[in-house]
Formats: sequence, C-alpha cells, structure tokens
Amino acid sequence: MSGTSGLAIVIGLPFAVALLFFGLAMLERRYGIATGPGFFQRNGLAIGLYLVIAVGFWAFFIIVLPQLAMVDMSFRPKLPFAQMGGPKDVFTLENYRYFLFGSTTSTASWNYLHIKAFFLTIGVSILITLFNFALCYPLAFHMAQSAAIARLRLLLLLLIIPYWVNEILRAFAFRVLLSSGGVINKLLIGAGLIGEPIDFLGADIGLYMGLSYAYLLMMIFPLYNAIESLDKNQIEAARDLGAPWWHIHAFIVMPHAKPGIASGCTLVFMLTAGALAAPLVLGGPRTLWFTPIVYDRFYQAFNWPQGAAYALILLLTCILFVLTVLKVFRLSLGEITR
Amino acid sequence: MKMGAFGRVMFAVYVAVFFLYLLGPLAVMGVSAFNTPEYPQVWPFEGFTLNWFDALFADQDLMYGLQTSLWIGVLVVLVSVPIGLAGAIVMTQINARLRSTYYLIVVSPVLTPGIIIGISTVVFWRQLTTVTGMRFFYDGIVLTVLGQSSFISAFCMLVILARLQRFDRAQEEAALDLGASYPQVFFHILLPFLKPALFSAAILAFLSSFENYNTTTFAILSDKTLTTVLAGRVRQGSTPAISALAVIIVAATILGAIAYELWKRREDALAGHRRRAAAKAEIEEADVGFAPAPAE
Repeated sequence: MSGTSGLAIVIGLPFAVALLFFGLAMLERRYGIATGPGFFQRNGLAIGLYLVIAVGFWAFFIIVLPQLAMVDMSFRPKLPFAQMGGPKDVFTLENYRYFLFGSTTSTASWNYLHIKAFFLTIGVSILITLFNFALCYPLAFHMAQSAAIARLRLLLLLLIIPYWVNEILRAFAFRVLLSSGGVINKLLIGAGLIGEPIDFLGADIGLYMGLSYAYLLMMIFPLYNAIESLDKNQIEAARDLGAPWWHIHAFIVMPHAKPGIASGCTLVFMLTAGALAAPLVLGGPRTLWFTPIVYDRFYQAFNWPQGAAYALILLLTCILFVLTVLKVFRLSLGEITR
Repeated sequence: MKMGAFGRVMFAVYVAVFFLYLLGPLAVMGVSAFNTPEYPQVWPFEGFTLNWFDALFADQDLMYGLQTSLWIGVLVVLVSVPIGLAGAIVMTQINARLRSTYYLIVVSPVLTPGIIIGISTVVFWRQLTTVTGMRFFYDGIVLTVLGQSSFISAFCMLVILARLQRFDRAQEEAALDLGASYPQVFFHILLPFLKPALFSAAILAFLSSFENYNTTTFAILSDKTLTTVLAGRVRQGSTPAISALAVIIVAATILGAIAYELWKRREDALAGHRRRAAAKAEIEEADVGFAPAPAE
C-alpha cells in the first residue's frame, strides 16, 4: 500500500503505452499504411465495444496492473497506514536485502535459511519435473500410437478420475498413506519388516511423493496430445530402415513432440515450485519449501512488502525457467500453450 | 511399437505400477471413508459405516465453504467465458505485429504460480479501493473471482480459439451481403458455431474455480471457500470425513466424464446426420438442375 504515487505509476504507465499504440494505429490508418476494414467497421459498434471493454478489463485490471502493483510494493518499506505516501515512503531495496542477508540493514551474514529453501525448491522442482516426464512418456506414447480404441477410452477414463480432486485432498491421501499410523507403516509392521514406524513425513519423502503425484496429469495430457499428431508411417519407415527403438524415440518421436514436452515440463515445474497445499499438509516442522515462507511473510510476519518481494523472486524464477525451456527447445510461447 | 514377449510383460508391469501410483492413494483414502475408526485407516477394516458422510454434511464451516465455492464458480463462469470469447475474437483480428505481445500478456497467467496471482490481486485492489474510496468492493468473493478469472479466462480463450480457427469467414460475409447487421451475424452465426466450445469452456471454468486453492487462499481474505476450510481441517488433524469428501468428488467426476462422453457421441452423431442430409440435398438439387448430374 503506497498511496496515490505508486498507484499513479502503476496505472499510468500501461495506459500511456496503450494510448501510444492506439495513436500509431490511427496514424497508419490516416496515411493509408493499414488496409482492410477498421475494427469497428468489421464488428459493428456494440460488439466492438464489448470486445474492447472485455479484453481491456482483463488485460489491464486483472493481469497487468496487479502484477505491476506487486512489483511497486516490493520496493517499498513496511510502514504503518498513516505514513503511507508520506516522506518515508520511498523506493528501497530493503525487502530484497532481507531475502539475502536476513536483515533489512546489515549485510554481515547471509540469510541461509531462505536462500537454502529457495534453491532446494528450485532443484527439487526440476527433479520432480524430470521424474514425471520419465514416468509419463511411455504411457503417453502407448496411448497415442499403439493402443486400440477401446483400451484408449478406458485409459483416458482412468486418467480423468483423479483430475478434479483438489490439491488438498491429494496431499491428504498421502498423509493417510505415509503418516506414522498410516497404511504403509501398518503394513510394514504387520509384515514384521520394521519394528518402529518410519517417519516418512519428517524425512520429506511424503512431500516429494505428494508433489510428484499432484501434477502427474499435467504432464501426461500435453505429451499425449503432441505424440498423437505424429504420423504412424514415420515410425514404420524408421523401423523398416532398421532403426533401433531408442533411435526412433530420440530422433523421431521426441523432436515431433517437443511442444508437448516443453508444455508439460513448464506446467509441472511452475505448479511444483508454486505449490502451497502439499508443503502445508505434508511438510514436517523442519521442511524447507519456498512457498510457505512467502505465505508466512504475509500471515505470520504481516510484512506485505516483503511478501511481495519474495513472490516476485519466485515469479522471476518461473519466467527464467520458461525462457530457458523455450530457448533450449527452440519454440515460441504459442507452441507450448496449446 | 512391436515388442517381444519380455517387452510386453515389462510394459504391462509399468502400466500397472503407473495406475497403482495414480489411483492407489485415492483408493486407500476412499476405503478409509467407510471404515469405523476415528483415524483414517484401511487395514484392519473394523466395520462398514456411512457415519463419516454424515459427519461431513454436519460440518457447518465446510458446508458454508461449499456454498461460497459454488457461488464463486458460477460467477467465474459468468466472467471468464465472455472474456475468453472476446479474447479469442480479438486474437483472430489483431494486427500481426501486435499479436505476439497481446498473446504474451493474456497467456502469462497460465504460466504464473497461483499464489502470485492471488497476492498481486489483493495488493492491487487494496490500493485501488482505498484511493478511490470504494472499500465495499474490497471483498473476498469479488477478489477471488477476479484473481481466478485471470488464468481461467485464458483457459477459456484457448478452448474457444481452437474452434474459432475452423470458422469459415465466408458465412459471415454471406450473411452481411444478405443484409444482416453485425449483431445479427454475431448472435445467429458466430455464437451457434462456437456453442460446443463455449459449453466446454464453461464446464472447465467452473471446475477449475471449484478446485482452486493457491489463488483463492490469498484472494478470499477473511471469507471461506471449500478448499480453504479443507486446508484448515487437514492441518488440525486427520478425520475420515475428509476422505468421504474425496469419495464424493471422484464419484461426481466419473459420472460427469460418462455424461460428457455421451453428450459428445450425440453431437458427433448429429453432425454426421447433418452432413449426410446436406449431401443428399445437393444430389437432389443436381438432379433437378438443367445439366445432367455428373456420373460418379
């Protein structure tokens, strides 16, 4: 909350850019560079207005402006309500300093706890993404290329069953499975394999399994859709020419399914790194995960600017990940969000 | 892929393991909903009971949260589907140089972590409503609908866009040449063509809203939805009543999937019927024409 000055910047900038584009479009029309019917000529006034208002409200008030407001807030100090917009309300880097050094003023010691949690979250999210890809790829390939219609329908139905079960319930299922009085421990003790229950949740095994489980379906559907559009004859031809099976996957199927692979990986990474339900339900007292830390900045420390800064760090990481995936796979954004 | 006998066995084992991983936890949770002990357990199975379902429906907070969730879901459909429709139409009309920028902006919420959407929505509207003095607008349900609509509208847009790209502009031009007004073309030609996509988008929007937690937990402020109440319940301790809720959701999903499948088959059958009727009409037209029908 930074009074009117921050809000003026947040709202003014995007609208200035939009007006500039609009002006340029008018100029083009005036000098005859643009051809074809104009927007309102093509849609009529009523429908044209509906389109402009709906898309304008969505793009500005729902997407862009809130993000900018969060960025603005992350560069401001935490102040009591009365002082907002006052002389103390100046741009500052103190929230980011806190993330790195655990203090808003000194830079003497690193903030090991938060930095470690951050890198652990990113690292584990990448590993879970790779694990889910390896787990889903063979099934997606089978469904898309060689399953008979009846079996395909059955498999799709089985995949749909868990789809709308929300994240909290998914995490809860793993708690029922893995807690010290849970099913797995009872089975192991009953079979005489262990004497004491194993603390799966304290060792974060439950958390990582639950995270992988929660977003499994986000991987399989994009992969299936992408592999499905591959012509079977290409695989046949490769096999006739004597290509071993791994050649077929590495040089024919995967290059073709690149958009689907990138799309699945991006979604799973983003959802895992930003997961909140699983760490809350499955995390032990010493669990390190970045999202609950962000949550606590808001609701335990009541430090909104700091929370905004932490959220922005997470967002930039996700953007960086998406850009890296696009660069590595040489794709455009449009190809991975189909 | 042709596989040897060994390969086939290995693949069968892999598929079994995959579905055990996917459905096993849900099955275990489902069984615990019908077992008598206080703590969700599957084994030993001490006795069949439906009491946990009663306990679920007796939970005042959960029922209140459920109402709010349904209400928010309906509002999100009413906001997201029109926005998604407008977004898709603009996508097909916007000039090529602006298109990639526009696409980047409207698709970005799909690739943004949910908690960030929730946080930014609250931060922005708190400022805006304070500065403009419209504090009544700073309400959990309003903010949740706005926050969820950011990415759900993008889902809707992508669903509608997929169908819109198959739309034949000639139909629109023919109607305009025959004297139809723009709104008439929109309501009598474009919307009927997009109807199946709009229907799919509405269902997708409602379900995505209903199951959302990350965005909702921030945007709902002091109010409650089903998922936020659930999160509180799960943190307090484990009760089989929560398993009972999962059983209901899975059952509803299965019924919904079957209903959707039947609806789709009916649509396909109707489309096939229409095509055949059109083909027949064309042949008859050719027969009564001046020129003899071309011998097939």
